[in-house]
Parts: sequence; C-alpha cells; structure tokens
Amino acid sequence: MFLSPTLRRQPEFRAGMRDMASAALGIGAWGLMTGVAMVKSDMSVLEAVAMTLFVYAGSSQLAAIPLLAAGAPAWVILATGFCVNLRFVVFSLHLRPYLMHMPRWRRLLHGYLTADLSYALFTKQYTAPPTTPAEQLSQEAYLTGNYFVTWCAWMGMSLLGIALANFIPQTWGLGFAGVLSLVAIVCSMATTRLRVLAALIAGATAVAAYALPLKLNIVVAIGVAVLLCFWLEKQFGLDPDAEDDK
Amino acid sequence: MLTRCFFFILDRPWGLPEWAHRALHYAPAAALAGVIAPEIVMTQGHLITTLHDARLYAAVVGGAYYFWRRGVLGTMLAGMAVYLPLHLGLGW
Repeated sequence: MFLSPTLRRQPEFRAGMRDMASAALGIGAWGLMTGVAMVKSDMSVLEAVAMTLFVYAGSSQLAAIPLLAAGAPAWVILATGFCVNLRFVVFSLHLRPYLMHMPRWRRLLHGYLTADLSYALFTKQYTAPPTTPAEQLSQEAYLTGNYFVTWCAWMGMSLLGIALANFIPQTWGLGFAGVLSLVAIVCSMATTRLRVLAALIAGATAVAAYALPLKLNIVVAIGVAVLLCFWLEKQFGLDPDAEDDK
Repeated sequence: MLTRCFFFILDRPWGLPEWAHRALHYAPAAALAGVIAPEIVMTQGHLITTLHDARLYAAVVGGAYYFWRRGVLGTMLAGMAVYLPLHLGLGW
C-alpha cells in the first residue's frame, strides 16, 4: 500500500511514520532475534527467508519455531498460530468501520500489514471512523505510514538476523532470546486475573501433557485453560468485560 | 493472515457467537504460555530437576523487568543479561 503515491503525498503519511519511529528500534531488535532464532532452530536460510517474507507475524512465528524444530504436523502449527493471533480477530472487528468503505482486496492488504503497534497507535490517533472522503484518505495515509515503518524495521532486521546467525555459535544459546520475547508478550496479555490464571493453567498443562505426540500438549493446554476459565467465570459470576477495566 | 483480516472478508455485518467472544479473552495468552512453559522448564522431554538452570532465572528476571518497565526489547535484554553469564560462565 505504501507504493501508492496518492497516499504517500498525504501529510498524515509522514505523521504516521514519525509516531512509529520511536518504536522501530524495538521492533527491529525483535525481528533480529526472530531471524537468529529461526536459523538456530535448524531451519535452512532459504526457509527462514521465506517464512520472514510471507508470514510476517512475530509472535506466532516465534511460537511456531519450536514446533517446527520438533517436527509437529502442519495443522498443529497452524492451530497454535491461529490461537496466538486471535487478538487480531478483535482488532479487525474494531477496525472494520474504519476500512469498510474500501474494496475488499484493499481491506485485506491493510489488515495483513497492520500489526499490534500500528493498531494501537492508529486507534489512539483516530477515535472515530472517517465520515468524509477527505478523512477517509487521511486516516488511510496515517495507517499506511505507520505500518510502513514497522514493516521495514521488521523485514530488514529479520533478514539481517538470518544473515548473521551463522556467525554466532549454537552454544551461546541466543535462541532463548525468542522465548524471552514471548515471555514479555504473555505478560502484556495477562491484563486480568483470569487471564493470568489461563496462562498459568496452560503452561502447567503443556508441561504435564508433554508426552503427547505431535506437540498436541499445546492444543490441550489451550483447551483446558479456556474451559477452566469458563467454569470459573460461571462459578464466581465474574464478568470478563468488567475485569478488563481493572 | 486469516485472523488479521477475519472481519474484513465479508461485506455484510455479522457478529460472533457468545462463547467465541469469551474464548477470545483467554485463548491467546493460553496459547503462548503453552508454547513457552516447556521451553523454560524442560530438557529433552523431561522436567528439569535442578535449580542450576540459567533459563529459570532469565525468565523470572525478564518477567519482573516487564512488569517494572514494560517493553519487549528491555525484557529480552534483561533476560539475556542474566542468561548469558550463567549459561556461558557457569555452564548452567
């Protein structure tokens, strides 16, 4: 979308880029580590480059790496990636009124390129969907400028990570940085007591059920955590939406 | 890809069933926790039996850093700052 000159000429395109620039360093470092982690998990350089270019989803990419290394079947990897990315279902529901005036291919492209931070910055900048064609254009330009920076930082640094990975010995254990960044993401998701509980239950279940074949322990862990939280909600009359505000 | 565009695919308005809405509250955190927990406390399919493992301390410090300062990059750097000396220096 950043190839479109009409969007690039909008002043909001630059504003979007500027707002994102401060976060670009963090995204880049994360991309670098994802790149290193992919090659460290015995993926070939070609596979790692292909995954970077086509998947473009940091957290599910990182989650998929140990699964790929363990030889889990494709549907388990896809199911895990889908669950990790479920937050985007909520994002897309929120962004729908902002983008519905566009043709479908354009909506899909915007959706694909909008990552967590772009979503957060965009909805902070524009609290209401556009009402006039001029607003539509400027909002689209802001969003595009925003994820343009994200995309460049992520892609550039991931590819650099893939290139440098072969010069870093395996024994350093740098791949653990990927796990650590996932720790941070889990912490950022654990915003309510029930979600903290869901994460703890899932972690414990995944360890306990590790002997299951095909890395099914992760699917089981998700199921057990969600069902137990449903049951707790009912038992104690907790309202997840009200919990969100705490 | 599918999740990101989930609600952009169809033109007509529609909603989620109630149970799916509620599952959305827990599934993402559960999925990630399920992936990382074995990476931290297991070696070759077995629960570790020693506290001399650099990963434990790195994960704890990383988590503590996150709640102190926020930010994925800082968490990673703080965790690695603990992990690398323990892992390389002491062989944990």
